[in-house]
Amino acid sequence: MARVTVETVEHVAKLASLSLTSEEKETFARQLDEILTYAESIQALPTDDVEPMSHARTSEIFRPDVPHQSLPRDAAVAAAPDAADGLFRVPKIL
Amino acid sequence: MSALYDLGAAEIAEKVTRGELKAMDVARAHLDRIDSVDGKVGAFLSVFAERALEQARTVDADVAAGRPVGRLAGVPVAVKDVLDIEGLPTTCGSRILEGYRPPFTATAVRRLESAGAVILGKTNMDEFAMGSSTENSGYKKTRNPWDLERVPGGSSGGSAAAVAARLAPIALGTDTGGSIRQPAALCGILGLKPTYGRVSRYGLVAFASSLDQVGPLARNTRDAALVLSLLCGKDPHDATSADEDVPDFVGAVGRGVDGLRVGVPWSFLEKGVQPAVLEAYRTALLTLEKAGASLVEISLPHFPHAIATYYIVATAEASSNLARFDGVRYGLRAREAGELRAMYGETRDAGFGPEVKRRIILGTFVLSSGYHDAYYVKAQKVRTLIRADFEKAFTHCDVVATPTTTAPAFRVGEKANDPLQMYLEDIFTVPANLAGVPGLSVPCGFASGLPVGLQLLGRPFDEATLLRTAAALEDATDHHRQTAAL
Repeated sequence: MARVTVETVEHVAKLASLSLTSEEKETFARQLDEILTYAESIQALPTDDVEPMSHARTSEIFRPDVPHQSLPRDAAVAAAPDAADGLFRVPKIL
Repeated sequence: MSALYDLGAAEIAEKVTRGELKAMDVARAHLDRIDSVDGKVGAFLSVFAERALEQARTVDADVAAGRPVGRLAGVPVAVKDVLDIEGLPTTCGSRILEGYRPPFTATAVRRLESAGAVILGKTNMDEFAMGSSTENSGYKKTRNPWDLERVPGGSSGGSAAAVAARLAPIALGTDTGGSIRQPAALCGILGLKPTYGRVSRYGLVAFASSLDQVGPLARNTRDAALVLSLLCGKDPHDATSADEDVPDFVGAVGRGVDGLRVGVPWSFLEKGVQPAVLEAYRTALLTLEKAGASLVEISLPHFPHAIATYYIVATAEASSNLARFDGVRYGLRAREAGELRAMYGETRDAGFGPEVKRRIILGTFVLSSGYHDAYYVKAQKVRTLIRADFEKAFTHCDVVATPTTTAPAFRVGEKANDPLQMYLEDIFTVPANLAGVPGLSVPCGFASGLPVGLQLLGRPFDEATLLRTAAALEDATDHHRQTAAL
């Protein structure tokens, strides 16, 4: 199975929007390799006819589709590190 | 027993309701106790003294005026800092949420407040509930009241330590893989993880949404039953909350265990359990047998795979849930970063601690292209097998009993640099979360002066049987009456 290298960690960190120091990358590569090696025990279990379980409550849950008051805009932006005119302000995207 | 902080929740509520005790005096006694003892224990991240006294004043005024009061009238409560209270800080033990004040209150907290509870403050925890020792908090370490050199367990370590140190008679915690039961066991108190869906998670900061549950920590079964009765029920704000009947949990406590079948998975316990823990466990089983229960040997063949399964499923869900911490809507933002993607990355690097980063990386890895089926889908299939083990076991028995942990509280720092060893701490607790069944830890003895817990697991929505089994153990022993000297 997979061997976790520093390159793997770099790739995954990018997917997860996490900047890591080179020391963190090395530590995580070593530790994740150890954890995934341990987790390989499940690979030997026969599961061809087993349904995957995503949730303990699998029934569909519905509610009436009725409009209701959501969180007021001022309250929603109140905790933002930077907001203006009821909007979240972010650094430039392009 | 003499001080007001020695009283249990039910006892306080009864006396306050009858006018024999002032909620104000109870609140003051606990706030004073926090002042004098919490410097050593470190259970609380924030204490809301003024607000608590105001809540107590309201209860006393209602009693004096003859107005009806709730079932927790004047009962002080400690709340794990992962549950929101409008306008008060929620940190989740993380620097990324430092200074965050949510615009809403968690349903679990609201229900206790509606019943007359007095919220003392928010308790320390492993960052985003990821850990088994509360050492992963971004703020401070909490100590085990029984031995200040040892951890209280985690992730609800602050809540467990607060109840064990008599800083609060009851506390709220959350349990994704054992985070109520394991610290309860290590601190010598009772902790209950309800059935998945029993308690609303509205206002709970999500870690792993298919596993998280809110539940009580208490010093006796009756108090835990009382709090659970108030917490349960459908909530329109949480689609996963179950519309199930809520039985009389308090009434269940006195019902005894005559005829109850207790499942004992000996083959799963053969390896790795400390002899003194196994001894306390055996003694507890014999006590239940003496009280009228019968012991049935059961087999749980897939439980040895539960840790691997759990750490794939839970980290996958966490990697998705924690994507919301991006420096835009709340919490920390890395200021120097010029461009949006760089701001995300640097905010998350600065705000998250090592365990959270490790789990985000692991969870992102098992969901990533090329590994998704081999790890994530495979783990979901094994999850089905673990649930089937429970279903089969419950055709032979009414509760499953295991030790809650393999050993009593470990030393601060002992496992801090070995994530896999820390994960293995959860070996007995994670199966209940994976299957969605309820679980409870009740004190069952001591090993070298440190508390040991008995774990009881039940059928979905059958918390009542767990509580009455735990009560039978309490009736026959005095482990739960032992208190840590502080």
